[in-house]
Amino acid sequence: MFARKTLSGCVARISRKALPRSYLAPSVRHVSQYNQSVAGLSPEQVEFRDAVVQFAETEVAPRAEEIDRTNTFPIDLWPKLGAMGLLGVTISPDYGGLGLGYFNHTLAMEELSRASGSVALSYGAHSNLCVNQIHRHGTPAQKEKYLPDLVSGKKIGSLAMSEPESGSDVISMKLRAQKVDGGYVLNGNKFWITNGPVASTLVVYAKTEPEKGSKGITTFIIEKGWKGFSTHQKLDKFGMRGSDTCELVFEDCFVPEENVLGQVNKGAGVLMSGLDLERLVLSGGPLGLMQAAFDYAVEYVHDRKQFGKPIGTFQLMQAKIADMYTKLNASRAYVYAVARACDEGKVSRRDCAGAILYSTEKAVEVASEAMQCLGGNGYINEFPVGRILRDSRLYTVGAGTQEIRRMLIGREFNEQFLS
Amino acid sequence: MRPSPARLLNILVPVKRCVDYAMKIRVNPQQTGVDTNVKHSMNPFDEIAVEEAVRIRERLGDKVKSIKAVTIGPSKSAETLRTALAIGADAAIHVEIPDSAPSPEPLGVAKAIRAVIERQKEQGGVDLVIMGKQAIDDDAGQTGQILAGLMDWSQATFASKIVVDAEKKEANVTREIDGGLEELKCRLPLVVTTDLRLNEPRYATLPSIMKAKKKPIEKLTPADLGVDLTPRIETIKVTEPPKRVGGTKVANVDELVAKLKEAGVVPT
Repeated sequence: MFARKTLSGCVARISRKALPRSYLAPSVRHVSQYNQSVAGLSPEQVEFRDAVVQFAETEVAPRAEEIDRTNTFPIDLWPKLGAMGLLGVTISPDYGGLGLGYFNHTLAMEELSRASGSVALSYGAHSNLCVNQIHRHGTPAQKEKYLPDLVSGKKIGSLAMSEPESGSDVISMKLRAQKVDGGYVLNGNKFWITNGPVASTLVVYAKTEPEKGSKGITTFIIEKGWKGFSTHQKLDKFGMRGSDTCELVFEDCFVPEENVLGQVNKGAGVLMSGLDLERLVLSGGPLGLMQAAFDYAVEYVHDRKQFGKPIGTFQLMQAKIADMYTKLNASRAYVYAVARACDEGKVSRRDCAGAILYSTEKAVEVASEAMQCLGGNGYINEFPVGRILRDSRLYTVGAGTQEIRRMLIGREFNEQFLS
Repeated sequence: MRPSPARLLNILVPVKRCVDYAMKIRVNPQQTGVDTNVKHSMNPFDEIAVEEAVRIRERLGDKVKSIKAVTIGPSKSAETLRTALAIGADAAIHVEIPDSAPSPEPLGVAKAIRAVIERQKEQGGVDLVIMGKQAIDDDAGQTGQILAGLMDWSQATFASKIVVDAEKKEANVTREIDGGLEELKCRLPLVVTTDLRLNEPRYATLPSIMKAKKKPIEKLTPADLGVDLTPRIETIKVTEPPKRVGGTKVANVDELVAKLKEAGVVPT
């Protein structure tokens, strides 16, 4: 959406709410420079992506600016995401899902992110971190109880592993799960939890046997409203505003036996294997942000004229276009390749980490460059690129930091060569 | 009380695959047409037609027996039929022409649709044809009217509202005309062409797209229908409109009139 200067120097904005589908306003284009041939999508994947694009452009993109500005979670979007089928992409049709693979889920994540970074982040946390973990590790009873509402969008999901004192060193977590009659009692905190303020169903990792370190972690399904479970107010973030994040507080919170997800003390495996797939699917986030930033910048530099010419024709600007475009497409090629391998059952820790490491780094660079392409206008919040840059920085620390991802990949090679 | 078979409606929705509305149009180097190596999608007015058919079924329930989509086009046009199926059509008919064949003209398309309608006689015939008022590639705006003429059916074009009475086999259609809105009471069978304000089409959900894969698409050729789609019009040249030149500001009406006279636009 363009903000144009009127003669008096005020900025006039076309309210998207007043317009029906955009073919009534031909000056507003939604043409993305997404390179479909290079993406190598099959006809079914093209059909899938086109459907998600239409949904995202109709329901999400028009609200992105407002969601960011007001820092408000768009809770009414969740049933729409559910009706669209987006909340259960990898979930079995038995629970209302589409039964598709991680490639499709990554495509969905990418297109939602292109529309709004923060909506996509909450979407990813719900549909992959929470829903997919319950789907992979839940008992039939647990899946039956929790998945239908999560897949339909009636309830919102979340996942909690990090704590105020345990970020990268997540295994050092201190949330204690004390065995009692009939279940466990939880005491402690979780921090930086996406969807924390709004989630009804939460996958939470806790220490059942603190002395055993990584071999003493258990995964639990927690429900909002349980005695002893509360949330502190939502965090005021630099970016991803509208994707609500907060601290979770457990004070003698009783969790029944049947809400153990997977096996007791085997939670580290659930956590780590979940992280691989989380990193893959979330890699769609930076890709979408890059595409959004590039699409906006490349159109701007051809509209904006200085010295009698569109600035996009100046060599230094051409270089920026080239660098943004190639970084974006190279990142996408790697992410898509890893996604295809995962769908074939070959989930590689180093490549899932590599996919998000690389695409995140490039996303911050591309967003920053796109903002530069807009010159002074890039610095004004009426233009979307600042938001895209702010959103992109989340991925350098969310789902593992860049440093941890680098360490992981290096360590994988160490083990391969030195064991 | 079950409605007797004579009162069930069969709706036919012709759809066309066109260059996507958001694409920038470029004339091809040979100046014979536009570059079609770009994204295509269903003609937006046809999306409105499919949506209206689905809404009529939502309003009338069991009284609508079938909604069928039909397209006359090359193999890729099947995508457009799948979109119609995902939005709510029950079945589709693909009158397939070779990829190299020239784009069919309105008269040819209308004849093909007429033949398709005749073939539907065994399955109860067609009571209502809803189609876009024009396609955004050629903007011909003729096919609906020609079809009604060939079939000797009622027609209501540029519809902004349709209310169907299945019992009386009638429809009240509000048309957008130059002077405002005109309301027509039409006897079925009827051809309606859709205008922009008729409805806002839903987007196809992923579950409905997956269900649509199981819906049948009948394949036919123009020969099966006994229709000749050879064009009767030869396009000699296609060019972009001339670039707009800047204008000047005038101080008052007198100066405006003087300049218009100077340009020979008004008689002196």
